[in-house]
Amino acid sequence: MSEYILDVTDVDKNFGGLKALSDINLRVKEGTVHAIIGPNGAGKSTLLNVIVGRLAPNRGRVLLGDQVLTGKEPYEINQLGVARVFQTPEIFPELSLLQNVMVPAFAKREGIFKMNFIKSLFAEKEILEHAEHLLEDVGLLQHKDHLAGSMSRGDKRRLELAMCLGQQPKLFLLDEPTAGMSRHDTNRTIDLLKRIKERGMTKVIIEHDMHVVFSLADRISVLAQGAIICEGTPEEVRNDPRVKEAYLGGETV
Amino acid sequence: MTNTKIVSPKKDMIFMAILSAVVLTMPLWLQPFGAAYPDLMQKFMIFGIFAIGYNILFGLTGYLSFGHAAFLGVGSYTAVWSFKLLSMNVIPALLFGTVLSGLFALAIGFVSLRRSGIYFSILTLAFAQMSYNLAYSVLTPITNGETGLQLEQADPRVLDRMSGIEANSSLPTPNLFGIEGVGYSGFYICAALMLISFFIYLRIFRSPFGLKLRAIKSNQNRMSYTGYSTRPYLMTAFVISGMYAGLAGSLLAVTDPLAGAERMQWTASGEVVLITILGGVGTLIGPLLGAGIIKYFENIFSAFNDTVLLNAFSFLPDWLAHGVASVVGLFVGEGWHLTLGLVFMLIVIFLPGGIMEGISRLARLVTNRSKSDPKSDTHENKEKEQTSAGEV
Repeated sequence: MSEYILDVTDVDKNFGGLKALSDINLRVKEGTVHAIIGPNGAGKSTLLNVIVGRLAPNRGRVLLGDQVLTGKEPYEINQLGVARVFQTPEIFPELSLLQNVMVPAFAKREGIFKMNFIKSLFAEKEILEHAEHLLEDVGLLQHKDHLAGSMSRGDKRRLELAMCLGQQPKLFLLDEPTAGMSRHDTNRTIDLLKRIKERGMTKVIIEHDMHVVFSLADRISVLAQGAIICEGTPEEVRNDPRVKEAYLGGETV
Repeated sequence: MTNTKIVSPKKDMIFMAILSAVVLTMPLWLQPFGAAYPDLMQKFMIFGIFAIGYNILFGLTGYLSFGHAAFLGVGSYTAVWSFKLLSMNVIPALLFGTVLSGLFALAIGFVSLRRSGIYFSILTLAFAQMSYNLAYSVLTPITNGETGLQLEQADPRVLDRMSGIEANSSLPTPNLFGIEGVGYSGFYICAALMLISFFIYLRIFRSPFGLKLRAIKSNQNRMSYTGYSTRPYLMTAFVISGMYAGLAGSLLAVTDPLAGAERMQWTASGEVVLITILGGVGTLIGPLLGAGIIKYFENIFSAFNDTVLLNAFSFLPDWLAHGVASVVGLFVGEGWHLTLGLVFMLIVIFLPGGIMEGISRLARLVTNRSKSDPKSDTHENKEKEQTSAGEV
């Protein structure tokens, strides 16, 4: 077992003639928060899509611990322990919050496919308690019977977090978890993410909001035009002239 | 939104008890509506089974199949063959009809479920029409083409002959160890099977499996990033609903041992879609109501003919009566599908959740007006719960 939980090696991804990612190397240590920042169109979301199996890279390899993720289906990758929060919350709008959280919990317990027509009361009770606990964690327990589709955007995001947390992933990918949130909601989310961090869950986070990045990240990679131009601690990245030029436009953070 | 609450098994048992009582007393309370004769009540049960099975696929996963009549047809043909070859006992007929439809569904589902949305619908429609045309042409030795598959005096009926049951002068009737598959006893056979089917269907709705199917309907993308392979789930739902259709088809053959290819035509597939939408897609009891209502009105409306209409309007001056009768005549008798079409349009536009949505709106209106505390255990509330599931 290597000391890195996520190991991305020499990944290229082209869309037609466009090089979306070139020569990406990214290593994330277990238990750390790794932020990926960069201007729009730098390839951040593409990188996440390659990791979760939505896109196949043209070259290169992605490892989770010792397991190769490249070439696997998204559901297989999820079963191996990778959960993802999307830029626009991907939840089950027609189900209640509680059911939203129960579905991933069943996935964790039962695997890719299982037919259980006969409701095992024992298992269901356990899952139910687990789900309520998760909702409490993100502060949504009082709405557990509401339909997910009727919640505010911030609540949907927190719900998605709870859904992913319920699977206790080895690697948690967050694509702009605070985009479009009010300041108040952003701060609540940061608090929540900090609390999760204390549990030692490895996270890769894409974020535009520098406030969020610098309050959470242990290491930062800066992506510009499909390549990683700089990697280091927040302090190093903050002071790197290349970063200022490419991303921050000379503006100090 | 009450539907999302976890319903206790005890409440479900009460619900089943009420439903059983309502169904089994049908010969009594349908009397005033003029619908208490066995043929029609059998149809209520059979199309009820067909529709709840269809609802497992369409209501839970949102996959709109336009070819379910194919399974109905396969069930019917299989049942009649079982009568011809094995025994007039209904048990092998129902068993083979259901299993063979399931296998058939497995094959069609294997291909069709590679696509979703409109492409899935078109694929299922294509398969059903293919089966329909095959039944008329190449498969004539099995289906007996246009004449339809019928029982004959000289059929082998191996099991019956072995146990010494010989058909006397008339054609034998399907029976369950002597209980005949026609008339009131036929209705009770259908009713019992409907209740058993409904119970299984209820368990599926309440099970984690049902929850996952609903999650697939709600957001398939999230499902795959949640570690589920959706195809086997869809496949299971498709096969189960195919088996329900097969059971319904075999029951059609039990109550009237004759199978024709028109049972597989696209209009028959369309009918079950209509029944389900009319009753309320994704609601528990909606499809049953839809089946009852459509079959009832089909029966009532198609019975009207010109003479009946002229009598009805005889209070008008003669010239007017003829005019009115000819206009109304368009909507009844053979033309009752026109009425059905209009009603269907009205429902889809004003009550997209079907009759169940209508009932829940009424219930809400009543409870708001009386401002009484919510009666937690009443039938009405129960229906409301289901409807909310259908609305969303």
